[in-house]
Amino acid sequence: MHVVFFLIAALTLGGALAAVLLKNTVHCALAVTLAFLGHALLFLRLDAQFAGFAQILIYIGAVAILVVFAILLTRGSEAPASGIFSKTWLLGLLIAAAVFAVLGWSIIESARALAVDSAAPQVTVHDIGVALVGRYVLPLEIVALLLTAATIGAVIVALHEKERPR
Amino acid sequence: MASTSAVTGADQIFILLRDWLVHLLPSALRPAASVVLGAIAIVAVFPGLFALTTVFERKGLGRMQNRLGPNRVGPYGFFQPIADGIKALTKEDVVPFRADAMVHFLAPLVLLVTVFMGFAVLPVGRNMQLVDMDSGLLFFFAMGAATELSVFMAGWSSRNKYSMLGAMRAVAQMISYEVALLLSSVTVVMIAGSLSLTEIVDAQNQYTGIFPHWYIFTPWGLASFLMFSIAATAETNRSPFDLPEGESEIVAGYHTEYSGFKFAIFFVAEYLAMFALSGMGATLFLGGWSAPLKFLGFIPSWIWFFLKVMCAIFIFIWMRGTLPRLRQDQLMNFAWKFALPFTLLNLLVTALWRFMGAGWLRWVVCAAILAGAYVFMGRMGMHRKHIGPRSYRYAE
Amino acid sequence: MLGEGIIKGMLETAKNFAGSFVSEDRLTTVEYPEQRIPTAENARVFPFLVYDGSDWEAGMRCVACQICEKECPPKCIYIEKSKDKKPDFAGKMQIYPTRFDIDISVCMSCQICVEVCPFEAIKMDTQFELATDDRFGGLLLDRRELSKSNEYYHSIHPTEAAEVDARLAEEKRAAEAKAKAAAVAAAQKAAADAAAKAAAPKIETPAPKPPDAGGQ
Repeated sequence: MHVVFFLIAALTLGGALAAVLLKNTVHCALAVTLAFLGHALLFLRLDAQFAGFAQILIYIGAVAILVVFAILLTRGSEAPASGIFSKTWLLGLLIAAAVFAVLGWSIIESARALAVDSAAPQVTVHDIGVALVGRYVLPLEIVALLLTAATIGAVIVALHEKERPR
Repeated sequence: MASTSAVTGADQIFILLRDWLVHLLPSALRPAASVVLGAIAIVAVFPGLFALTTVFERKGLGRMQNRLGPNRVGPYGFFQPIADGIKALTKEDVVPFRADAMVHFLAPLVLLVTVFMGFAVLPVGRNMQLVDMDSGLLFFFAMGAATELSVFMAGWSSRNKYSMLGAMRAVAQMISYEVALLLSSVTVVMIAGSLSLTEIVDAQNQYTGIFPHWYIFTPWGLASFLMFSIAATAETNRSPFDLPEGESEIVAGYHTEYSGFKFAIFFVAEYLAMFALSGMGATLFLGGWSAPLKFLGFIPSWIWFFLKVMCAIFIFIWMRGTLPRLRQDQLMNFAWKFALPFTLLNLLVTALWRFMGAGWLRWVVCAAILAGAYVFMGRMGMHRKHIGPRSYRYAE
Repeated sequence: MLGEGIIKGMLETAKNFAGSFVSEDRLTTVEYPEQRIPTAENARVFPFLVYDGSDWEAGMRCVACQICEKECPPKCIYIEKSKDKKPDFAGKMQIYPTRFDIDISVCMSCQICVEVCPFEAIKMDTQFELATDDRFGGLLLDRRELSKSNEYYHSIHPTEAAEVDARLAEEKRAAEAKAKAAAVAAAQKAAADAAAKAAAPKIETPAPKPPDAGGQ
């Protein structure tokens, strides 16, 4: 079964690398979608259906589209003449490496802290729902309020229409 | 008792057939074979239905316009899709010289695959569901969301301004209406208390007297169903929301540069999306495979499901024969100024329904709120709109 | 109320849908190969050459004057003149086309050839089923394929053909009368000349020639 994991990992990493290295911006956006898909598959492999499908719905269905739209609405998809790397690539690399180091360190630490043989919990959608409206009800409500406010704000922005002579 | 078993026999005939076929194989292969058989059934049945629908659509549209429709190929023109299929297969596959060949090739495949995936969770009959997932509804909409990207890929990779415009329109439209689509489905999840489509159908497969407990027969369910239907029409790019394809303005939009079988794939995918969303609408609001009246329960469940889907398809065709195409601003205005607030309100009403307990009061209160909101928002929408002969600023 | 118009529209199409099964006269479709609408009398498709009598070659009205060839806007007519002559409908000797081709893939059905023809030799046909699997040869009609009898012309454009026939008959009569008058005049002149010669032999002046009979 490790084969599947390595295939998914290769897909995810390949997508992520392609997103960084490809010349055409739209290709990059599509490659990043591939990486998102890889993440979703990883979630599914861990029996986390809800997280996996939510990943597809939100990241592929919304975020990737948003990225693509942003590219199309701002400038062409062709690579700039100055090359695809910015001048501060070294700094970026350093920050990325630092983040990666912190994440890696925490993952290794948590592996040591947890019992190795603890069985994977069977998490159903029902459990997630109960947890959301039970233990995590306050964060959920805050997020919901924020999103509702944003949505209503969007509607209000759209509602405002200048009177024009027809 | 004998009659009951006969009924279940007819009802479960495909399940029995599958089990019988699977049992011919060695036991190690059985689980995989069962899934493969189910997938084959989906891949065979729905495109077959698609072929039938194209004829019905063309004939029905013709009748609505006082024409005859195709009647040349085969009896009453029913072999027309075969002729069309042969034509699509034998046509030259033209790829524009400047097109992004890889993305251009992948787009129809991604579209078809994601559209087919949606069928995996649809319960087309009692026990007839390829995968009974805990979060089936979420899976369905996740797959639906992934189709948007392929539409974009098709439009962008063609390097054609009309394709690009079509793709932009399609994506903008699909994103806008997906909000309404999801929010109207959420009401059902709130009442059924599950994302599993099997449980949603089971919740509706109960009867008071002879009448079923379908969600469409509740105020919030009716409102949700209407919003769902409108959003589904927009989501599948069907008329009157066919702006992404608008033949008269952007020459078929994102699939302008596709010919031959690749075009046929887009065509198939559009209809399959229609079936999938019709099936989902039937599952969520029309009781899925359950019979409309209690004593009709002897008719096999899958017949009811496909009957409901075909009724929905007929309404799609009917709307296509009637309504003119919207303008982009009208489309967006409807999505954000009417559909979104109305579905949000409907969420509240559904919560109200959930907590008001049984009794006639909740019917009155919920119906009144929704009807009032509908009329009020309709008035608001029509406000300041001068309906009548159009006046022009420059062209007189 | 919102959605009222949609319902009205849907009812309208539903009425059409149901009505098309009940009353056949709603259906506007003409199922073409089996059912046909008779063509209007003034319908025109591509030109054809009219001939009188039963023999297309002998009765051809065309005198290869090439006016139509020169006037044709898309230049779809090709004519070769003959070396010898044959009598036309009035009996006068005329040259005739040894080749008369019309490329109907080029022809735009403008009818200019018909309007310029002084001999009523080219007219517009109503035959439109000209599909062929030979893209070049099949659409290039030669003079045999273009020749249609005057009776056919009468059958497709009766009014116009009757007018043309009357005009031709009038011309023929005028030509015959003129020829007769010319013959009489020539005879008188010959008699007078003979008398004069007999009376006083002088330098002979040539008699004025009568105008061409049949020519316009």
